[in-house]
Amino acid sequence: MTQTTVTAATGSSRFPSRYVWAVLKVVGTVLLTFLGLLLITFLIGRVVPVDPVLSAVGDRASHDTYEQARRELGLHLPLWEQFLNYVLQVLKGELGKSVLTANTVVDDIKRVFPATLELATTATFLGVAFGVPMGVVAAVNQGRWPDQVVRLLGLFGYSMPVFWLGLMGLLLFYGILDVAAAPGRVDFANLDVVETITGLIVVDAAIQGEWEVFFDALHHLVLPASVLGYFSLAYISRMTRSFMLEQLRQEYVTTARVKGLSETRVIWRHALGNVMVPLITVIALSYANLLEGSVLTETVFAWPGLGLYLTNSLLAADMNAVLGATLVVGTIFIGINLLSDLLYRLVDPRAK
Amino acid sequence: MITLRTWLTADTPTSRNHARAIQAYLSWRALASNPLTVIGLLIVVALVVFAALAPLLAPQSPIAVDLTERFIPPGAQHLFGTDEFGRDILSRVLYGARVTLYIVVLVAVTAAPVGLLVGTVAGYFGGWVDVVLMRITDIFLAFPRLILALAFVAALGPGIENAVLAIALTAWPPYARIARAETLTIRTSDFIAAVRLQGASGARIVLGHVIPLCSSSMIVRVTLDMAGVILTAAGLGFLGLGAQPPLAEWGAMVSTGRRYLLDFWWVATIPGLAIFTVSLGFNLLGDGLRDVLDPKNS
Repeated sequence: MTQTTVTAATGSSRFPSRYVWAVLKVVGTVLLTFLGLLLITFLIGRVVPVDPVLSAVGDRASHDTYEQARRELGLHLPLWEQFLNYVLQVLKGELGKSVLTANTVVDDIKRVFPATLELATTATFLGVAFGVPMGVVAAVNQGRWPDQVVRLLGLFGYSMPVFWLGLMGLLLFYGILDVAAAPGRVDFANLDVVETITGLIVVDAAIQGEWEVFFDALHHLVLPASVLGYFSLAYISRMTRSFMLEQLRQEYVTTARVKGLSETRVIWRHALGNVMVPLITVIALSYANLLEGSVLTETVFAWPGLGLYLTNSLLAADMNAVLGATLVVGTIFIGINLLSDLLYRLVDPRAK
Repeated sequence: MITLRTWLTADTPTSRNHARAIQAYLSWRALASNPLTVIGLLIVVALVVFAALAPLLAPQSPIAVDLTERFIPPGAQHLFGTDEFGRDILSRVLYGARVTLYIVVLVAVTAAPVGLLVGTVAGYFGGWVDVVLMRITDIFLAFPRLILALAFVAALGPGIENAVLAIALTAWPPYARIARAETLTIRTSDFIAAVRLQGASGARIVLGHVIPLCSSSMIVRVTLDMAGVILTAAGLGFLGLGAQPPLAEWGAMVSTGRRYLLDFWWVATIPGLAIFTVSLGFNLLGDGLRDVLDPKNS
């Protein structure tokens, strides 16, 4: 949003300028999408076969108690008023109580979220670190074997069930080769050794100088992050390849070559430099998609993050927790999309 | 003498049907020239054949429990081994093809027409119709698919029908997007203006002229999407929210095999391999179809 003020101040004297309008439009769209998200979770909460009043008062309650509870929960109001109350509640940061953990859903999510963040960030890092160079190499060698290898790796990534790959990883690296750690974030002995500061165990351990815990946590992180990172690699390498192919056909590349620049410089500086802009969007999208993959990965690796929380709540029919977690994931998804959109405008002068 | 081949490769078609036959033949030739596409097609055909003939091909009943035959490794007696109830995994994988095909077909025939209709109507009529329909589409697109499907299944209750419904509810928005984009280019073309001048209604133009022209890119997209549908369905099954036991569903089979992973590797590995193969088949076929039917997007 800072960009708005900058462009408005340094831009033309016309007000409202085009940039302000563009940003306002993006923000308006995002607000509308968020409202739609709330409507969906609200409606899902309505169609649940579980009667929320009955689950609150129990089936032995008298008719009067039942009615009273119904009024307290606001369920006697017309549907649109219930929705309004729901929106207000969410805006105040209240998502109700989890039946399963007896905490508020917000507290629960705060507790489990760093684990997912740790996993998804490491996975995206791996995906970018390997996916971008692979995409570049594939584009430069279009049609030859490196291209085919990258294409095949991508195809496998698009076709493989993430939970199955996770299990195969455990079977091979933990069961047979015994180089990976068991499921979980740290070994049992290292549980609760470090104090929670950021919630990211690797970071917390490093801050507190608990190097044993640090390496243990890292050891546990490698396999699930690699599994998840493979899916982001499949997507990122494929997109990098197609962006690079487009750039390598451009005339400035020919010019750079004619000037006598080394091939390394032409490819990795000139062409890749121009690919970076659309790539930001791709990386952001793949990061958001990892949230989805993390639901299944966390289940396989007993990783106590948002995904595992969501599935555990689902199996226990703990609707407040399910809808709360869904809402949080959806909001992050929208937020990342917004961020990549704004970043794109900031980095690419043509988007202005 | 005119052979079938020369008839199919004639430069000047003699009738409309002749032209269609030539077109179909040339597309087929282009498809068949790519070995990966042929592999994909074979996998998909195999899925259909196995699903149709499961009772004939399966050596045993997929739900026959025999506790004396638990965890027999893959071998001559049981090609894919047996699971924790002594059930033959090969038979269960074959019957699982039925469940997968059932889900894929149902999602394709519900989500694709809905998306097509929403997209073409939005694109053709424009204005506030477009704005409203596309906003709704965007809201659905703003959700990660599996999470939305999970929330729907949580509300509707686990089961295969509800899983299909949840997946279909999350699958239509991309189709609407594509159909709209296609419609925007079609609606300004001269032949649409001509049809309109002849007095055709909006409904007639959309149904009779716009939708048929969108179909080739839709076929490509649906085929490519089926891989994702299979993975989502398997994910729901893995979490215990899809098809319920004792129905043989590949995702659920991986989930039970997970408990015995380190001792009896085949129980989880083989159904997962089936998911991977079929999903890969749809991806390969979709890639090939795209190169032939929709070259501008490949």
